[in-house]
Amino acid sequence: MNCLVNSSCNDQYSNLMSHNRRDFIKIGAIGSAGLLSAWKMAGASGSLQGGATPSQSSLPNAPFRTATYCEVCFWKCAGWIYKNEEGKIQKIIGNDEDENCNGRLCPRGTGGVGMYYDTDRLKTPLIRVTGADGKQTFREASWDEALDVVAEKLQKIKQEHGAECTALFTHGSGGHYFGNLLKAFGSGNIAAPSYAQCRGPREVAFIATFGAGLDSPEPTDIRDTRCLVLIGSHLGENMHNGQVQEMSDAIDKGATIITVDPRFSTAASKSKFWLPIKPATDMALLLAWIHEIIYNDWYDKKYVEKYTSGFEQLKEHVKNFTPEWAHGITTIDPSVITETARAMRDASPAVIIHPGRHVTWYGDDTQRLRAVAILNALLGSWGRRGGFYLPEKIEVPEFPHPPFPKPAKTWRDAMGGKYALADLALASGVCDATIPNPEMGCNIRAWIVNGTNLIMTLPDEKKTIEAIKNLDLMVVVDTMPMEITGYADVVLPECTYLERWDDLRVVHGRKPNIALRMPATEPLYDTKPAYWIAKKLAEKMGLGDYFKWDKFEDVLEWQLKQIGSSLDEMKRIGVKVFPRESGPLYFEEDMPIEFGTNSGKIELYSTVIAAEGFDAMPVYTEHMTPPPGFFHLNYGRAPMHTFGRTSNNPNLTDLMDENTVWVNPKVAKEWSLKNGLAIYLENQDGIVTDFPVKVRITERIRFDSVYIVHGFGHNNKKLTRAHGKGVSDSQLISRVLIDPIMGGTGMRGNFVTFRIAKESEVKS
Amino acid sequence: MREEIITSGRLNPHIDPHLEIWHWQIPLYLFLGGLAAGILFFAALYTIMGKEEKYPGAVRRAPILVPFLLVIGLFALFLDLKHKLFFWQLYTTIKFMSPMSWGAWTLMAITPLSMIWAALHIRDFFPKWDWKYDILKDIETEILKYKVHLAWVMIVLSVILGIYTGILLSAFNARPLWNTSILGPLFLTSGLSAGAATILLFSKSAKERRLFAKIDILLIVIELFLITHLFMGFLASTSVQIDAANLFLGGPYTAPFWIFVVVLGMLIPAGLEIMELRHVKIPHVIPVVLVLFGSLMFRFIIVYAGQMSRWLY
Amino acid sequence: MRYAMAIDTKKCVGCSDCVVACQTENNVPIGYCRDWIVEVTDGTYPQLEIELRSERCNHCDNSPCVRCCPTGASHYEKGGIVTVTHNKCIGCGACISSCPYDARYSHPEGYVDKCTFCIHRIGKGLKPACVAVCPTKCMYFGDLEDPNSEVSLVLKKRKHKTLIPEAGTKPQVYYLI
Repeated sequence: MNCLVNSSCNDQYSNLMSHNRRDFIKIGAIGSAGLLSAWKMAGASGSLQGGATPSQSSLPNAPFRTATYCEVCFWKCAGWIYKNEEGKIQKIIGNDEDENCNGRLCPRGTGGVGMYYDTDRLKTPLIRVTGADGKQTFREASWDEALDVVAEKLQKIKQEHGAECTALFTHGSGGHYFGNLLKAFGSGNIAAPSYAQCRGPREVAFIATFGAGLDSPEPTDIRDTRCLVLIGSHLGENMHNGQVQEMSDAIDKGATIITVDPRFSTAASKSKFWLPIKPATDMALLLAWIHEIIYNDWYDKKYVEKYTSGFEQLKEHVKNFTPEWAHGITTIDPSVITETARAMRDASPAVIIHPGRHVTWYGDDTQRLRAVAILNALLGSWGRRGGFYLPEKIEVPEFPHPPFPKPAKTWRDAMGGKYALADLALASGVCDATIPNPEMGCNIRAWIVNGTNLIMTLPDEKKTIEAIKNLDLMVVVDTMPMEITGYADVVLPECTYLERWDDLRVVHGRKPNIALRMPATEPLYDTKPAYWIAKKLAEKMGLGDYFKWDKFEDVLEWQLKQIGSSLDEMKRIGVKVFPRESGPLYFEEDMPIEFGTNSGKIELYSTVIAAEGFDAMPVYTEHMTPPPGFFHLNYGRAPMHTFGRTSNNPNLTDLMDENTVWVNPKVAKEWSLKNGLAIYLENQDGIVTDFPVKVRITERIRFDSVYIVHGFGHNNKKLTRAHGKGVSDSQLISRVLIDPIMGGTGMRGNFVTFRIAKESEVKS
Repeated sequence: MREEIITSGRLNPHIDPHLEIWHWQIPLYLFLGGLAAGILFFAALYTIMGKEEKYPGAVRRAPILVPFLLVIGLFALFLDLKHKLFFWQLYTTIKFMSPMSWGAWTLMAITPLSMIWAALHIRDFFPKWDWKYDILKDIETEILKYKVHLAWVMIVLSVILGIYTGILLSAFNARPLWNTSILGPLFLTSGLSAGAATILLFSKSAKERRLFAKIDILLIVIELFLITHLFMGFLASTSVQIDAANLFLGGPYTAPFWIFVVVLGMLIPAGLEIMELRHVKIPHVIPVVLVLFGSLMFRFIIVYAGQMSRWLY
Repeated sequence: MRYAMAIDTKKCVGCSDCVVACQTENNVPIGYCRDWIVEVTDGTYPQLEIELRSERCNHCDNSPCVRCCPTGASHYEKGGIVTVTHNKCIGCGACISSCPYDARYSHPEGYVDKCTFCIHRIGKGLKPACVAVCPTKCMYFGDLEDPNSEVSLVLKKRKHKTLIPEAGTKPQVYYLI
């Protein structure tokens, strides 16, 4: 009888299969949607029948593609995942319709396959069984068990201290699901290090000036610009894909590029003017440029008159900031300052003083970015072709859920009224609020950390670890065993972006657009998508109503329906571009414009910053210079890596597996350093790097600085390719210069010296 | 300062940081091939000259080694192949521009020839040898009739083989150290010198030994002349070839080359042979071993150093 | 027909996308590559210049690798593309030694491998993977004998060079300078 049942089951199953196979052939003409389900069924039958399956013949001969958008960096380029004849993921190619990448992914996006194939991935839920000493002593657990532990602990914290004593740190698409989970739970402490550790000051400065932030991707109209000014921004080494592509277009069209950098960056090598500035003096240069543009009458008079406020105050303010004054500070020749200002004028309004992205440098960053914004305003580039276009984004409604409760307190309460202008949560602020603080009432007791390696991301590693030690619970959701996972109580392995559904990508751009991410394959190992983890946790904590859907496809289908598309369509096209509805891409003559500032105008004199008790217009502050024998620690990026998250990716480590410390030949001679010599770096606080780093002697770096690429020097042995390769700049960033306006963590005030050998008595 | 670096990619094993595609197998094969060519050359030469009886060491005894040398050499060559199962592809085509193809075909011809030659003279070592089957005996008689013709074929093939060992390398203009036409004659001379030295070991008569000692000295002098010429040529050439020469003139291969190849492998054995000719009592095995050692080292050093010499980066 | 590539050193940022795109397109094993990036810095701070080059097999008109191959595994395809027939290659290494650009490598499976100008793609009217992916669009590919091809047009317009022309190999990857 049993046997009969079994065989009939099998028959049923094979009937189902053949039915699907027929469907597949029919649907094949319609789109990849049918292909995928047929594929999955074929794969499933393969595994059920031990591989000896006739389904082989039903596999499509040609490799086929599924839509995705990249998760290797924040640019989120849309692309297609292609598989080979064996049904294995082979390559990822950009989607031609996507404005972020124009069909061309960057090396990291192309190498994204390595995230999937990395055998060092987190493979199963882990629960800590011994002390929080950073050593990984985990035991493997089932999802049910691991999630039970998390849910119980969170509930306990809620009962004892209140839901507001929990926080989320996130970078990437998981943030939305865990964010909703936390909001439903009753906490508003949701922070991304991409704000206070990266672009925050820029947003605050541009909101203060133009009443609008820049967001991502920045609406810089580089492809049509005639003059691009990069201040410490190393386009081409940071692969902000669309911008790098447009910079190349601009080079083709003969645009003038002006680069300000103590290092001869790749962008500097493409520039007509390279200003090898003395580190930490950019503000003086910016003020001198403003001076030159105002006092030579080089500003866009009509624009300034029509759209700005505070011009006279500004003019008076910069009266003494002459190029000669700036020369003494920046070491840049006064005639070069004037000449570059004239080049900007010549291109105006098709000129971009690029705001950069990682701008938390010296603690006066909001003011420096204000100077950048002012310069753009004077040259009339905001809202103009070749300057900044007016981006548009489509509103995609949130899948219906009950309203979130209002949290009793947030991290802001721990800040004592500081940083009121921060428009997003400060990761560093949340970290601070974790260390016991009487003003907060209760300190934060639990962290959920998703896709961000806080140990390397937040400056001042010691403080981060101190905060972690005060936690009752830390849950890390990641694909890779990063340093942060070593401190976790529960580790939840997320599947990579190639193996999961996710929210639609909804970014602003020249045209509103959306992109779909769908799984190309079943997740490897016992890994799960973030949305699934968040939903299961919610259900275990009685918050299931906030995730009231069966499959994630239902959410997407519902959302797509609201904006006049469908999942089937998106599976077929990957990216959908909508017509603009907000009006033209640039300001037009006689267009009445109300800026989102107090005055409704572009504020050269910022009333909002003045109201908080800070300088309404930027002033120059002198920053520390390195003591004898020490060098400015400058750090940056390499085009083939996204911070630390790619440093174990097999495809990308193949391109670059360690960083080097760049040293000027004169310095090398003085210190008897040889190319390739492995040395340690020590900072002003006596912190010595965990690992040695090889010297690269190069003329590309100024004599008073060294340069290292961020994201290396991983200390987690589970990262077999990245462990001990190069050094971590984060480790050396122990002096943090806080921006008083918005709480950004300035990281460029650190100085290092060379140590040929590590002495045992040195504690790091 | 000029800085030229490969920033990414190019970690190809055996290619980076510098070429190391050929290891011990190739120089060993070149040495054995050269040595075999040297021995066969003299065997054929004296057969043609009708002096077989006068110089039996050269014609009859030393060639017994050759099949072994060639088989070991071929085996080394086979070991060097990375796609071994396809080695037969060598014999599906003749590529006139490819020294490797020339070599493969030459070896294909000369190895059986050397075996026949050794078989013809097997009774020098085993006087009671009997071929047992009539057909083999008939073949032997038949071949013996054409021994001089055989020698003519052998002398041509041995010269090709000897030169080929050098041309294999000199055909690569990508490696400036190898890219000199002197390498062909130089390797031929070195092979002949090694052959002459080996014959000394097999020779039983003092007269024959004196002749081959003289020949060897002459060959060493020619070699020294060619080496001088080699360096003069390099130093008068382009910067990459000057760089190549500098590998031996102050570079990493200076000591091994001048000490092992020139002093131990040429000057000292030549000196010892001169002393021997002047009737100073010296065990004649010493110069022979030194010449063979120098000849082997020469090929090792040229093969390894050549892979370090390049155009770019 | 003469396929050629032109690479604009003024636009290349050395991001290495060409390298990884080639690896995924052609299943080049991890640890190996068919193309690579060279960075040349000249001068003294602050008077500096950088040349960035994406390098690969030059598909020479006078290829030493084809010449020295004993089996004919290395051969010219239509349009002058130099390729290796894997099951004819014995892995002797002669072609590897013969290439002044060190563009070839020994594949772990034994045969010699190198850039093919993505001959499987150009047959379908696609560009080589490296050209198609390049974010700066600094690479041009096409038929030199067609005066209107992308590569012919850019070479007509711009000053260019080849690598080690003195090696006499007549390389067909051009660098715009």
